[in-house]
Amino acid sequence: MPDNGYIYAVARIRTKELQLLTASFLEQLLAAPSEEQCLRLLREHGWDGESHDADKMLAQERRKTWSLIGELVPDLSVFHVFLYQYDYHNLKAAVKESCRSGIHPGIFLEYGTIPSATIQKATDSRNFSLLPERMRQTAKVAMDTLLRTRDGQMCDCIIDRAALTEIGRAGKESHEEVLSLYGELTVATADIKTAYRAARTQKDHAFLERSLAPCDTLEISGLESAALKGPDAVCSFLGSTPYAEAAPKLKTSPAVFECWCDNLLIRSIRPQIHNPFGLGPLAAYILARESEIKTVRIILSGKRNGLSAESIRERVREPYV
Amino acid sequence: MSMNSFGIFFALLGAVLAALLSGIGSAKGVGMAGQAAAGVCTEDPSKFSKVLILQLLPGTQGIYGLLIAFLTMTQIGVMGGNPDISLVKGLLYFAACLPMIVVGPVSAIHQAKAAVASINMVAKKPEQFGKAMIFPAMVETYAILALLISILAIYGISAIKI
Repeated sequence: MPDNGYIYAVARIRTKELQLLTASFLEQLLAAPSEEQCLRLLREHGWDGESHDADKMLAQERRKTWSLIGELVPDLSVFHVFLYQYDYHNLKAAVKESCRSGIHPGIFLEYGTIPSATIQKATDSRNFSLLPERMRQTAKVAMDTLLRTRDGQMCDCIIDRAALTEIGRAGKESHEEVLSLYGELTVATADIKTAYRAARTQKDHAFLERSLAPCDTLEISGLESAALKGPDAVCSFLGSTPYAEAAPKLKTSPAVFECWCDNLLIRSIRPQIHNPFGLGPLAAYILARESEIKTVRIILSGKRNGLSAESIRERVREPYV
Repeated sequence: MSMNSFGIFFALLGAVLAALLSGIGSAKGVGMAGQAAAGVCTEDPSKFSKVLILQLLPGTQGIYGLLIAFLTMTQIGVMGGNPDISLVKGLLYFAACLPMIVVGPVSAIHQAKAAVASINMVAKKPEQFGKAMIFPAMVETYAILALLISILAIYGISAIKI
């Protein structure tokens, strides 16, 4: 659809952006004495949910975002790049459940592009033709590997790499700035995290080969070599890439690095606030909503577990507005 | 049929194209701004009056095109009088209509884009409505300049004896 096709949608999103959580509202949440108080503030702000159920409230907010986008965009497949991670999560869960006896309720996520029941049926019956073509080979290889080696981590690596490759490809093929940026940043930051963790746990070359997905802004062979030398080598390798800021964050803690990754994405998409045309502002709004839901989840769980405001604050993501 | 018979054809062609193309440009422009206005009003109907004014801004080129067409047709005698004008005079009328034929639709589309951006601005900061009005209104300047030149040329040609 040409840019002009989204004029109505972007104008509606502009008004919706007024309801996004601001930095000052997040400070209010941080200053609230309890989770209960946070939920009350969120309800006053217009978030739905029942008084004691934070998860229901967050799930409802997520549904609201996708229902709004569904109203505005006739073909939601343009945003599937955001949902592939859930498909592959469900594939991981289904493969493991099929290889082990018993039923494990609550392991599937509802947000993917394929119903989790379909994935479950495909892995239970070993009929991978029920899955989309992009997932068939991955599902087969992951299942064979798990049955042969009983190595759950190796199975995870295979599926995670396939998910990242798919996200990167879908981002690039969308020819939409925000979506390709999302794909690229998702793959690059996941590769950095994997390489650093592999360096710390002294994983071998085969593991890295299996885990790192290709991307444009990182030279994967260089990252692999650095990971084989150790965590410091990974940090110094990052110094020569666009992700130089990641090195000190990695050294601090995985949580701080995760927060930096999310903030990097939000900063990269922020120019869309001023863009009146095209799909970009809609994609940016979805990412902004996902990010604020994640932030609220962090604050609520911090409050529930009695963490200090300072300790929660360092995990709070930058708001989009 | 003498070559002079083509005079009235070219003059009328100029008049018709001025109304036609400016009208198309304005229709497209008002439509674009209307989509943005509807988007804002879906979420916040209280902004209706503000976004309506912004929506109407790209509509003026259509009116200017109509004015030029009307003036030309009056001058060449299509709407009463003697429609017998020379080929050169007909071509001159066509040339006089050209500023509106070209600038009308182009400025309407560009003004619509500015109006859409301004409507988005009003959606977030309604108190900045005055400033939001100025951005698309600046594009109007060039439509008015084209209108002026076309009017002056049409009246100037009528005084020329050829």
